Amino acid sequence: MSILIDRNTRVITQGITGKTGAFHTRLCRDYANGRACFVAGVNPNKAGEDFEGIPIFASVKEAKERTGATVSVIYVPPPHAAGAIDEAVDAGLDLVICITEGVPVRDMIATRNRMRGRKTLLVGPNCPGVITPDEIKIGIMPGHIHKKGRIGVVSRSGTLTYEAVGQLMELGLGQSTCVGIGGDPVNGLKHVDVMKLFNEDPDTDAVIMVGEIGGEDEENCARWIKENMRKPVVGFIAGVTAPPGKRMGHAGAIISGGKGTAAEKLAVMEACGIKVTRNPAEMGKLLKSVL
Amino acid sequence: MNIHEYQGKEILRRFGVATPRGIPCFSVAEADAAARELGGQVWVVKAQIHAGGRGKGGGVKVAKTPGEVHQFASSILGMRLVTHQTGPEGRIVHRLLVEEGADIRKELYVGMVVDRSTQRVTLIASSEGGMEIEEVAAHTPEKIHKLAIDPVAGLTDAQADEIARRIGIPEGSIAQARLFMHGLYRAFTECDASLAEINPLILTGDGRVLALDVKLNFDDNALFRHPEIAALRDLDEEDPAEVEASKYDLSYISLNGNIGCLVNGAGLAMATMDVIKLFGAEPANFLDVGGGATTQKVTEAFKLMLKNPKVEGILVNIFGGIMRCDTIAEGVIAAAREVKLSVPLVVRMKGTNEEIGRKMLKESGLPIISADNMADAAQKIVAAVSRGSRA
Repeated sequence: MSILIDRNTRVITQGITGKTGAFHTRLCRDYANGRACFVAGVNPNKAGEDFEGIPIFASVKEAKERTGATVSVIYVPPPHAAGAIDEAVDAGLDLVICITEGVPVRDMIATRNRMRGRKTLLVGPNCPGVITPDEIKIGIMPGHIHKKGRIGVVSRSGTLTYEAVGQLMELGLGQSTCVGIGGDPVNGLKHVDVMKLFNEDPDTDAVIMVGEIGGEDEENCARWIKENMRKPVVGFIAGVTAPPGKRMGHAGAIISGGKGTAAEKLAVMEACGIKVTRNPAEMGKLLKSVL
Repeated sequence: MNIHEYQGKEILRRFGVATPRGIPCFSVAEADAAARELGGQVWVVKAQIHAGGRGKGGGVKVAKTPGEVHQFASSILGMRLVTHQTGPEGRIVHRLLVEEGADIRKELYVGMVVDRSTQRVTLIASSEGGMEIEEVAAHTPEKIHKLAIDPVAGLTDAQADEIARRIGIPEGSIAQARLFMHGLYRAFTECDASLAEINPLILTGDGRVLALDVKLNFDDNALFRHPEIAALRDLDEEDPAEVEASKYDLSYISLNGNIGCLVNGAGLAMATMDVIKLFGAEPANFLDVGGGATTQKVTEAFKLMLKNPKVEGILVNIFGGIMRCDTIAEGVIAAAREVKLSVPLVVRMKGTNEEIGRKMLKESGLPIISADNMADAAQKIVAAVSRGSRA
């Protein structure tokens, strides 16, 4: 078991023929069961062709019908990314993972509104993706730094997630699933949604939650954990030194109107019984201490 | 992206939002001409910088005669305006807005933001205009009214009217307030704004509803569909180092400390700043080189950091995932040679070919200090810098 994806997941790649899509599709296909998992690509102009043996279809709907795939990953450029999500939602997929960085917020507001009442889950946009180690990787994270195990990882940032995974590996701790939810203000799954899945996953024993300045997602998740979580959770929030009003790379990473500071998030998390560290080099050690 | 008040007013007028009549001016002569053209008895001379608190800083003056317009324009243009938002270094004023004076009966507040939790544009309104909205929210939250706008239905007449009544707009001006809010919402969505603040929105003696001050920010990711807005970018208002960085696709923000840091990924970059602080020093910048830490990008990043005279040491922290550490080491060595690095450099690399990368750094003959992890790296650079400053 794991959350969201496993060896039996079948994936459609939207934007498979672009430079980024092609590069990462190769790496995903070469990881663990990737050859069996990545079954289709979508590009209306290249329908009927194939990408190194992966058949290309004209639409997500057709790709789903012809291959039975239930998940898609999106690498299409920002102006068309929200439209690509809409198409995957309309095709009735279970999960859409949007890697694309730089999607306009207005587009995401419309897309998220269309998704109300639909079954499709969205991860991202502007995220590294999801990996269930030694089974399947969907996204741009380096596969080889991971190993199968029983720790869940959820994070808003890419390389900081890899950092957390690297620290777990040095302590011999593998991961059940790692989810990069992305750094945009209007997106799909939040920390709390992923935490609920980890709580129900019999193969996850504990969770590392990595957050950053901006918004109140980490606080909301912490309050849910206090009432509901049956497994230990440890946390780190990046941006203690970030000045207010300055956007720190990610569109969502900004302290505005005195809200969204790292100090405030850490205080709420601690008050909710989550062990936190202010030293990003000690995320792994902290997790080990609660097992 | 931010724009000036006068530019924001020009945009809002196109969407039917009423503002006082005004003319942007780049010289005292233009201000004199603007006062003549506007006519009337009272003018307001307003410094145009991308920061709030201009009035308190002496950047907004009410003139009762054309002579006073001349006098205020002369003193404000070129002044170093310091407000709570500019930092102690302030901003030089290069542009003015000369406006007709308004007969203010009441000052109110209307703003719009994208709310992350409802994932909708939220209208915020208050009867308490002219103050910082965060202050109002903290002390008198009952005076703040919020409405999440349905992206399909938009702002309805009934919603606009209700908000207008709640903030104390009299019945005779409700229709005007409705037009105002519709125009603001249309401008916000059609222009891909990320923030709009009308503070204050005023009710005049004769019952008109006007935007007396306007702040508009835009979603950088959507500027590709608004070249006319992108053209309003004023480089005088931006940190030259940040402008330079954007040319090389580097995400850079100047800070006040003495340790430069070069990292891949925004989250890891923030965490690196935090760990420097944890070990007793302050970061000089935020710098995310992104996914492709190529030799050219690393070299440009080094040059950028070293232009800051406060930098006494550099910490490089790269998580080489798909990119290999030997490639990164090559980039760092080439960059250090090219810029003839004269401050201590600590490099922490993690990932594929880590050992090879380290060996390359060691054998380069350059005084590069290798570190095992982030904490070790921060301790080493803090120690190296404090040794340097004692010597």
